Amino acid sequence: MSFLSYLINGISLGSVYAIIALGYTMVYGIAKMLNFAHGDVIMVGGYAAITMMMSLNANPFVAVLVAIVVCTVLGIVIEAVAYRPLRNAASPLAVLITAIGVSYLLQNVVLLIFGSSPKSFQSVVPVPDLKLADGALTITGETMVTILSSMVIMIVLTLFINKTKAGQAMLAVAEDKGAAQLMGININGTIALTFAIGSGLAAIAGVLLCSAYPSLSPYTGAMPGIKAFVAAVFGGIGSVPGAMIGGILLGIIEILGKAYISSQLADAIVFAVLIVVLLVKPTGLLGKQIQEKV
Amino acid sequence: MAPMLETRNLGISFGGLRAVNEFNIKIEKGELYGLIGPNGAGKTTLFNLLTGVYKPSEGFVFLDGEDITGKSTIEINKSGIARTFQNIRLFNKMTVLDNVKVGLHNHHPYSTLAGIFRTPSYRKVEKEMNERAMELLHVFDLDGEADYLASNLPYGKQRKLEIARALATDPKLLLLDEPAAGMNPNETKELMNTIHFVRDHFDMTILLIEHDMKLVSGICEKLTVLNFGEVLCQGETAQVLQNPQVIKAYLGE
Amino acid sequence: MNKKLKSNLITYGMVLVAFVIMQILLSTGHISSLFKGLLVPICVYVVLALSLNLVVGISGELSLGHAGFMCAGAFASAFFTKCTMDTITVSGLRFFLAILIGAAVAAVFGILIGIPVLRLKGDYLAIVTLAFGEIIKNVVNAFYIGLDSKGFHFSMKDQFSMGMEPDGQIILNGPQGITGVSKDSTFIIGVVLILLTLFIVLNLIDSRDGRAIQAIRDNRIAASSVGLNITKYKLMAFTVSAALAGAAGALYSHNLATLQASKFNFNTSILVLVFVVLGGIGNMRGSVIAAVILTALPEMLRGLADYRMLIYAIVLIVMMLFNWAPKALEWRERYLGQLFKKTAKEGK
Repeated sequence: MSFLSYLINGISLGSVYAIIALGYTMVYGIAKMLNFAHGDVIMVGGYAAITMMMSLNANPFVAVLVAIVVCTVLGIVIEAVAYRPLRNAASPLAVLITAIGVSYLLQNVVLLIFGSSPKSFQSVVPVPDLKLADGALTITGETMVTILSSMVIMIVLTLFINKTKAGQAMLAVAEDKGAAQLMGININGTIALTFAIGSGLAAIAGVLLCSAYPSLSPYTGAMPGIKAFVAAVFGGIGSVPGAMIGGILLGIIEILGKAYISSQLADAIVFAVLIVVLLVKPTGLLGKQIQEKV
Repeated sequence: MAPMLETRNLGISFGGLRAVNEFNIKIEKGELYGLIGPNGAGKTTLFNLLTGVYKPSEGFVFLDGEDITGKSTIEINKSGIARTFQNIRLFNKMTVLDNVKVGLHNHHPYSTLAGIFRTPSYRKVEKEMNERAMELLHVFDLDGEADYLASNLPYGKQRKLEIARALATDPKLLLLDEPAAGMNPNETKELMNTIHFVRDHFDMTILLIEHDMKLVSGICEKLTVLNFGEVLCQGETAQVLQNPQVIKAYLGE
Repeated sequence: MNKKLKSNLITYGMVLVAFVIMQILLSTGHISSLFKGLLVPICVYVVLALSLNLVVGISGELSLGHAGFMCAGAFASAFFTKCTMDTITVSGLRFFLAILIGAAVAAVFGILIGIPVLRLKGDYLAIVTLAFGEIIKNVVNAFYIGLDSKGFHFSMKDQFSMGMEPDGQIILNGPQGITGVSKDSTFIIGVVLILLTLFIVLNLIDSRDGRAIQAIRDNRIAASSVGLNITKYKLMAFTVSAALAGAAGALYSHNLATLQASKFNFNTSILVLVFVVLGGIGNMRGSVIAAVILTALPEMLRGLADYRMLIYAIVLIVMMLFNWAPKALEWRERYLGQLFKKTAKEGK
């Protein structure tokens, strides 16, 4: 029974990773950059929601909506101010370092406004816990909502990309910016939209993460951000289903590793599995193998 | 005496597509040999097969009597094949001189520690390398630009530098992939002289891919025409160019 | 040829001049104790930046796990020092050996991490280096090692499960790390290590092997077409770089009262990468300058308390935009003309 409950916890944590990883993977696919500030957008989402609920006594649902709006706007602004000017820079490292700068900036702005001590987060999930098998197995409301949300997001996102004009434009820009521009696609608009969606998702992930692990500090986003990045690579960066699978597998490995091997070494195990996967499949589980033309 | 290059029934498939099929060729030492054919005929694929970038699905490659089938790019270069690329591949952030010195790498060894601690062997070998590299650059009239970054050279000179770098590896057989692409008629003429000079001066065997018929008919002694991955025609240049099948493949019906 | 030599001499000279000025200021008492405490860390970060620049700038691979090599070197050397406190009493010799051991152990990790280098490229390699760095940190964090009359004892659980004699001494205490390492690091040793690192890196770049490494960076396919062994040279770059980072780690660990693995996290790796990119990718002198300024800057801004990291972040973003954005470069070219032209070119 305990194995089952660990597994469910793993899927739940993995679902959060998956939502964050979706943002990573979409941005990478289209802008070919690792957005290291993505994890900190999650944290901003958490603070937006907590402020709404604690200080303004808002309804949790409203709080989540506000968090999404705040993060979406934040994502668009970050892209326009910090990343867009560097899109054609001589080295791809330039924008990577700028992203790190943005990450420090977000952490320290939040630190100045809210202080460094962790805030306890009040869960936004109104769903009661589910007790199964005479109470031997408890599935919390947060777990159910998290898993369900990630499923819904995954389906909606896939439909959006494949069925709408804007989604098709994203695919086109990801494939070949120059050609897409020649076809009349608005490159700046499409990339901004991608950041908007990715950051909106980060807000949702932030609220879910804080509901499940109710503590929030300016550095909360950093580690889940890195893990989600690992998940995106694990599944094959640029691939939407890959991010989903990578995220969930990562969550399961982490929780089972903590439970059965060593809580100290759980992260090491996660990273070791990543390395093994990449050695066997150098572009991740669902990544495309690209061969250089000679 | 064994021919410099010989292939027997060389072929490769990508998925279901046969890019090169039953390819046979014999190039004698010192020959200047041309490989022509319409776009997509499999010419560059063939170069990639000869240099180990692709492994052949079947058939054999012999270089100067030695079986080099399936060897790695590095081993094949050490056996004696050097090449240039259709889309120029220089070491762009290095100087013109250093590009050639990289070509000399395997023939002028000293240890890593000798390099770090600047031992006498480092000084001696580096001096040899510099002299040899300048000689090669001189052949291609590049010695004045030795300190330029490779990427700052004009296009025509970049193509020449690639040939110089290939020659620096001291090959038996030189493969040139469209050496005149993007050159104006004057540059092409000059290149033809250079290729001739390289053959005579270095006693080199050369196989080249080219679309410029003036260059092909001007310097190649023999030709192989490739179409849809198969040999269409092979032989002396003048005869091949008059072959009705070749004319048809090039000009259409 | 001569230009290279001249440029290298300027770099060495710059380090020496800075050292002499600092020594004069130190002996005349013009330096705050805060800044005095920064001297060794500055040396550590300069060496780290140089070593990372070898991988990023010369070999052209992104490493996000350089703190891992530093961690391996720091712990291996500190462990050695703790074990030989009583046997090797000459502290200079002991520290020299400790640095060598730190470098050697880190080099072994460099080879280990180099193996995926042969199969992976670009961002995938970067994430693997990140993963390696985190693994090294986590594993060191989970280890307990003690020494008593019966020899060494290990545990992955806690200090009590090692089953030591009461007289035993705990050397590595899990997340608490190693305490009481002899503080052998000095500013002079730090500067010597910088000069040695510069010597190794600059001479390697300007040698046969260094050219091979750069050729592979510029064009892998062309490099193999002229017979360069890609595997060998990628591994060489990673191994030399790791060894230097390990030596930096040794310098670091012998400057602290307590050595904890958690210090060697992802942020440390990133910090060093920031030095390299701001100083100019492949530009060794730039790495030295950037590492000195950016290590000193947050401490200099300490008076601004909570605002210092905020200012650091803003400076970082603005510098990156100013140095790399094509539009900014164009603007500089037009309005600042010759003043910045040279640095802009070197930056590329």
